[in-house]
Amino acid sequence: MPIQIVESSLAPSQAVLDQVCAAGEPWMGRVAKGQVLRITDLEGNQAVDALFYNAADPSERYSLTHTIQARGALYLGMGTQIMSSEGRPLLTIVADTCGRHDTLGGACACESNTVRYALEKRYMHSCRDNFLTAIARDAASLTPSGLTKRDIVSNINFFMNVPVTPQGKLSFEDGISAPGKYVEMRAEMDVVVLVSNCPQLNNPCNAYNPTPVRFLVWDA
Amino acid sequence: MQSFDTITPLARAAVPDASTRFAPELVLWEDAIPGGAHWSGRVNRGTTLRFTDTHGAANLSALFFNFELMSERYNMPDTVKAQHTAFLTRGHALYSDMGRVLCSIPEDSCGWHDTVCGLLDATRSQAKYGEARYQEHRNAMHRNGRDGMLIELGKWGLGKRDLIANVNFFSKAVADEDGVLRFDAAHRQPGQYVDLRFEMDALVVLSAAQHPLDPTPTYDPKPVQVTAWRSGTAGADDVCRHSCAENGRGFINTERWFL
Repeated sequence: MPIQIVESSLAPSQAVLDQVCAAGEPWMGRVAKGQVLRITDLEGNQAVDALFYNAADPSERYSLTHTIQARGALYLGMGTQIMSSEGRPLLTIVADTCGRHDTLGGACACESNTVRYALEKRYMHSCRDNFLTAIARDAASLTPSGLTKRDIVSNINFFMNVPVTPQGKLSFEDGISAPGKYVEMRAEMDVVVLVSNCPQLNNPCNAYNPTPVRFLVWDA
Repeated sequence: MQSFDTITPLARAAVPDASTRFAPELVLWEDAIPGGAHWSGRVNRGTTLRFTDTHGAANLSALFFNFELMSERYNMPDTVKAQHTAFLTRGHALYSDMGRVLCSIPEDSCGWHDTVCGLLDATRSQAKYGEARYQEHRNAMHRNGRDGMLIELGKWGLGKRDLIANVNFFSKAVADEDGVLRFDAAHRQPGQYVDLRFEMDALVVLSAAQHPLDPTPTYDPKPVQVTAWRSGTAGADDVCRHSCAENGRGFINTERWFL
């Protein structure tokens, strides 16, 4: 779908949650059906790796293949239904001033960093480390029976630009986001949100400079 | 930076000098998966599965797990971003989420295997092809990829939490500049084959149901011939090992698991 920029009419002063997530940190929270979650790219071109779970039954979780099938296209943007593994919408993107988000690039990890960059780079901080920290710390209180590695599936990368050519080439390009850009989504069911504010330094997904992002939630 | 030339002599000695080419006397077993049917099994390191699209219109959905530790599984994003490709063909490795090569593709006459479109499920199958129950149609009943994969996963104690982005062998979906996907059947030919050489002992889960974007208006899944042959693992000269520096490191990670 061609890029579509749509601003929100919601005022941050009305939000029931307003938190800044520092660079390279995880974030985990619950968003109730009807509430709206906004993620703001405060300093521009930050990759925000995000997973969503049905809060009542996290075996139903974000599915990139269901999302791509529902949209008939690879990229996420205004109007995208963020689909679950059961073929139901978890959230709907209702405002987007960035225009395009990725769901093929996945999350960085120590192990994939050894393949992509160098064996010696195993010890750099990564998104998968963030996901594991968050689920060890917070999943028991946010979900019926916690989460494990089996529940860490391939995620959305908000604000990230990973174009695919008609010849099937794929690359991590300089981002199209900018300071203050945001993406806003309405929860279609009670969801648990698991985010890694990506710490990757080896490719341009964060413009080589991981920066903070802001989470806002409004009531329905 | 470590590479094949700088790993220890003992680690290097564990790698064959050369990869093995197919020969009929190397065949271990053969089977034909009927169109729409599902299969799973253990495939050991050093075995190659040759999939052949005998009719020229098959789709083979597939997932792979480390047999020793099934929480380690095929990871599509790690595979596509390490190799800068949105599809799979000769020279590519299929990565697990732990930086290891589960299997690689040293031979492919097809040229493009999809790994982003997912599975046909019961809802989509019903909408496209209608209903065909066992009561009326017996073993010609309609089968879909998702249910087939869940059946096979269940046999190993796995389930919905282990159902993740899969490969669709023999299917091609092309994205335009807006990312809109279009199924491309032009490459299909009877007799096309792809070799999957296993670098690790793996659980392989397969469904020969139609691709979710298959434009064929009728329920008509095609069979896939499976030929297991003893290839050994990737040699020091191997095309997959050398296709990019990333794969050189991936093979080192994999071989280290067995040292």
